Amino acid sequence: MTTETLTLAKAVNAALADSLDADDRVLLMGEDIGKLGGVFRVTDGLQARFGEERVIDAPLAESAIIGTAIGMGYRGFRVVAEIQFDGFIYPAFDQIVAQVAKLHFRSKGRVKVPLTIRVPFGGAIGSVEHHSESPEAYFAHTAGLRVVTASTPQEAYSTLRAAIASDDPVLFFEPKGKYYTKGEVDRSITRDLDTANVVAAGRDVTVAAYGPTVETALRAAIAAADEGIEIEVIDLRSISPLDVDTVVESVRRTGRLVVAHEAPGEVSVSSELITSVVERAFSSLEAAPERVTGYDTPYPPSAIEHDYLPSLDRILDAVDRTLGRRSSRDELDTAMASTGAAR
Amino acid sequence: MSITVPAPDPALAVGIDCPLRVLDLDGSRLPSELLDPHLTDIDESALTNLYVDMVRVRRLDTEAFALTRQGHLVLWPPLLGQEAAQVGPARALRQDDWVFASYREHAFALLKGADLGEFAHVWKAYAHGGWDPHELRMAPAQIIIGAQSLHATGFAMASKLDRSDDIALACFGDGATSEGDVNEALVWASAFQAPVVFLCQNNQYAISEPVRVQSSAPLALRPTGFGIPSMRVDGNDVLAMHAAARIAFERARSGGGPTFIEAVTYRRGPHTTTDDPKRYRDEAELEEWTAKDPIDRVERALERMGANMDAVRAEAKIRADELAKELRAAAEHAEAPSADAIFEHVYDRPTKRIQRQQAERRAFAASIEGTR
Repeated sequence: MTTETLTLAKAVNAALADSLDADDRVLLMGEDIGKLGGVFRVTDGLQARFGEERVIDAPLAESAIIGTAIGMGYRGFRVVAEIQFDGFIYPAFDQIVAQVAKLHFRSKGRVKVPLTIRVPFGGAIGSVEHHSESPEAYFAHTAGLRVVTASTPQEAYSTLRAAIASDDPVLFFEPKGKYYTKGEVDRSITRDLDTANVVAAGRDVTVAAYGPTVETALRAAIAAADEGIEIEVIDLRSISPLDVDTVVESVRRTGRLVVAHEAPGEVSVSSELITSVVERAFSSLEAAPERVTGYDTPYPPSAIEHDYLPSLDRILDAVDRTLGRRSSRDELDTAMASTGAAR
Repeated sequence: MSITVPAPDPALAVGIDCPLRVLDLDGSRLPSELLDPHLTDIDESALTNLYVDMVRVRRLDTEAFALTRQGHLVLWPPLLGQEAAQVGPARALRQDDWVFASYREHAFALLKGADLGEFAHVWKAYAHGGWDPHELRMAPAQIIIGAQSLHATGFAMASKLDRSDDIALACFGDGATSEGDVNEALVWASAFQAPVVFLCQNNQYAISEPVRVQSSAPLALRPTGFGIPSMRVDGNDVLAMHAAARIAFERARSGGGPTFIEAVTYRRGPHTTTDDPKRYRDEAELEEWTAKDPIDRVERALERMGANMDAVRAEAKIRADELAKELRAAAEHAEAPSADAIFEHVYDRPTKRIQRQQAERRAFAASIEGTR
């Protein structure tokens, strides 16, 4: 086993390079991914190494990036398309949900769409509007798409390799706020695209998160340990399909569940996960599941984004509620109940 | 570095004032400097073949329309009047070339050899796709307007990367030219000089909206702004369509990049069997276009060439009858899919969640068996 220390961005770069190396039908397409190496330098050096025909600078048309990648798929190419920022994906929405997702079903399995769509997502980078969003739930709602994320350089490397090798279309959401976080990467470690991963064991409360929020959850677990509370942290990794089994297994032991993500909570991954856990492990629950998410608002100007994003303290506050401990909402809930306002 | 941007070159477009035509309404041959060199091999026998193809295509269309009215099919988008606009290009394709078409381009599926048994499934609401795309080299019929133009362009880019001379044909209508995807496809085809041909059948209507709602200028002028050569062709003239397609396909095949063809034609039927065109167009217009019928014109041309038209018509009728019989049998006797088809082919391998839902549905169905 050989490991190397890489940033998450370099781990993605390594996964792309190794995939290009391993299969000459793999090619990359996206805006500014060539000479510039991408706005985050994730594709740095790849065009120089693999040539302009395999690392293609795309005209600025997101629907066309995805639509032409589908056409290339008919000829057996395995395209890795980059959408430059989360908030730029919407012009490609039809091609993704009405074409990419449905071609396999439409053709009774005779047309494979082995397309990977890389999307830097999430906030905390101090940027302008449309650069910090978490649109994963739109795509998780659509059958036929796989939606995966990564929380560490190792996860990014191994999951992206699996995504590119998959015959299903995969949206790979990269936590851009963690691009420069370093970690050990062993290129021989393989991953599937279906399973969650217990990243910290604990017996009191299960906290499920994905992407950039996993690190926040792990820090919450360390802080809680000081007070004698054991948090089990699950990195969901795959948003679609969701590995409900792993979460249910954990909740059967802890009896308590908190789900955290940056995306708004309304009709979200937490909505789905909590519903699924309640359906399957209702009798194991000791307390109502809680969630810590972005608010049901547009993503705010970045000067105040830290009040929007799930934080260590907001996660601990939710953990306290599941344990029946004092939380920030005690007085609020009492006050609202007395005025008859809905929670 | 100074960058000069060339102005759109109107010379890139031909036929703007008067659509290119080589067969006049009375069947006489009109000279065309552009098209004639590409028709030198079209003798009486070749024109007869095109005639038989058009008769078969029309019969497929009228039979499917009747089957829908009789309740054997659930929906049909007719192509009546557009036979030449489709048969001309379809017969200029090589078998290896790929077609990315919309839902009204039945002639391409038929002439590429689609099995009518499976073809009928789509219009019987038994399936979303009517053939094996890789076997036929034709993508499933596209319903989202214009979306397939990008797939065609991507296929063509890939063909170029493979140093292959396979080309892609993107078929869409006048309404689609307003869609972003078609405009993006023109940008990409031009930027990458992809071997793709855009065939726009301007049948004058996008459901109820006349083409004037989409554009104040001839559609064939648009590609010139993208640097793509364009031909405006009489879409009811099978020879002009055949020659124009040969020019465009050869250009694409030999590294000359994309071409746009506007086939000026007319949808004489409704948008689909659920549409009522009387609400938005008048009878006189329909009569005017019926007089320009693409099949009648070829009959007259064959007569002028001295063909034995009784024999030609008889042969065409036999072939068309066979086709109609085959389609009717397929429509009347197709086997309905089981409910399990809901859950199949969603992913490469079924997910646990979908397997679970399939099991739940079966259990529910078993629980109510005999109770209704």
